[in-house]
Amino acid sequence: MNGAHDMGGAHGFGPVVQEPNEPIFHGEWESRSLALNLAAGGGRWNIDMSRFARENTPPADYLSRSYYEMWLYGLEKLVVESGMVTADEIAAARQGTSFDAVSKPRLRASSVDKAMRSGGSARVGEPVEAKFAAGDPVRARVDAPQGHTRCPQYVRGRVGVVDRDHGVFAYPDTNAHGLGKKPQHCYAVRFEAHELWGPQSQGGAVYVDLWDDYLETT
Amino acid sequence: MSRDHHHDHDQNNGEFSELSDVELRVRALESLLTQKGYVDSEALDALVQYHEEKIGPRNGAQVIAKAWTDTEFKQWLLRDASAAIASLGFEGRQGEDMVVIENTAEVHNMVVCTLCSCYPWPVLGLPPVWYKSAPYRSRAVSEPRSVLAEFGTELDDQVDVRVWDSTAELRYLVLPQQPAGTEGWTEEELVDIVSRNSMIGTEIVTAS
Repeated sequence: MNGAHDMGGAHGFGPVVQEPNEPIFHGEWESRSLALNLAAGGGRWNIDMSRFARENTPPADYLSRSYYEMWLYGLEKLVVESGMVTADEIAAARQGTSFDAVSKPRLRASSVDKAMRSGGSARVGEPVEAKFAAGDPVRARVDAPQGHTRCPQYVRGRVGVVDRDHGVFAYPDTNAHGLGKKPQHCYAVRFEAHELWGPQSQGGAVYVDLWDDYLETT
Repeated sequence: MSRDHHHDHDQNNGEFSELSDVELRVRALESLLTQKGYVDSEALDALVQYHEEKIGPRNGAQVIAKAWTDTEFKQWLLRDASAAIASLGFEGRQGEDMVVIENTAEVHNMVVCTLCSCYPWPVLGLPPVWYKSAPYRSRAVSEPRSVLAEFGTELDDQVDVRVWDSTAELRYLVLPQQPAGTEGWTEEELVDIVSRNSMIGTEIVTAS
């Protein structure tokens, strides 16, 4: 979707400001928001669904939220969409209502370290033919999907060169919507800065990781 | 990103800050999910502890210092970053598929995620606020030299600046240039000078 999250090349946000002596979390609620996100899913949704839940938001809201607020509000959507709880129950919980247990946690404290250290690669171990190879010129397709996509607007229609083939990965545009992994090759594609920004370019190049379905021959 | 835009009522009700509203929502959701049995509150504690104590830029600095002192490791790191990094014990969530890109006298790499905040957690920990902020996400790809200047990093005009937008599930770690004058240093000494920002690519490493 062409949402506020797709920020590459946007203007008006001002300078990058570093926070001196930044803590890992600014208050307990940030750490709980992160931990809830990591604990609650247990395989009920994938990373592309989480990203879509966060970015599918009115732009003014998206831009006004801090990172962990976005994670919290995204999780509130996911637990409802996956049928774990209802929106009414979330509202009632804010009023202090109690609830009976209906499930068992999929992640226990004793297995947290192991789960985090294993992670979960999006790589798919299936033989899929690559459409392109390193050195091939490619164009990012012009498209404006309403659903989730990881092809940023600033490269669509632009020509680059495949730098390297990363291998076969789940395709976000389908994976985010429960339409399957549609495994395909993902490449780092080098776009010269002048191809993207014209006379405003500061030189050099931008490398963007793009799946086969985002690309076409030139 | 400002944090107060969606809470105009705060101005009329100073008693409740925006923070307490979001705190209330987090607490309510945690309470709901734990009571229903979906979430183990001790697992939440363990998750917080893991992200505070087990991951962080010190891990990445060890990878870089080893690459600077061990040519064979460096070649492995550039060829198969995930395996080389895992050999030092750093692996897992948001670092499953790693790529290491090397800075040289001719090439300077920096990393961004314009679409969200992808970042190599096992080696760098959780990302700083500036990395997740709209100014960095919007400008790193279009005006990298201006962004670098805001970090005090000035590069010669002939340096090829390469910005890596982590739009997929690859996570990038920059192998900074080893500063001149540190050639005989031990791995332990080198670990101390490798900054987090140098491994994102917004700064260079200096010997002090």
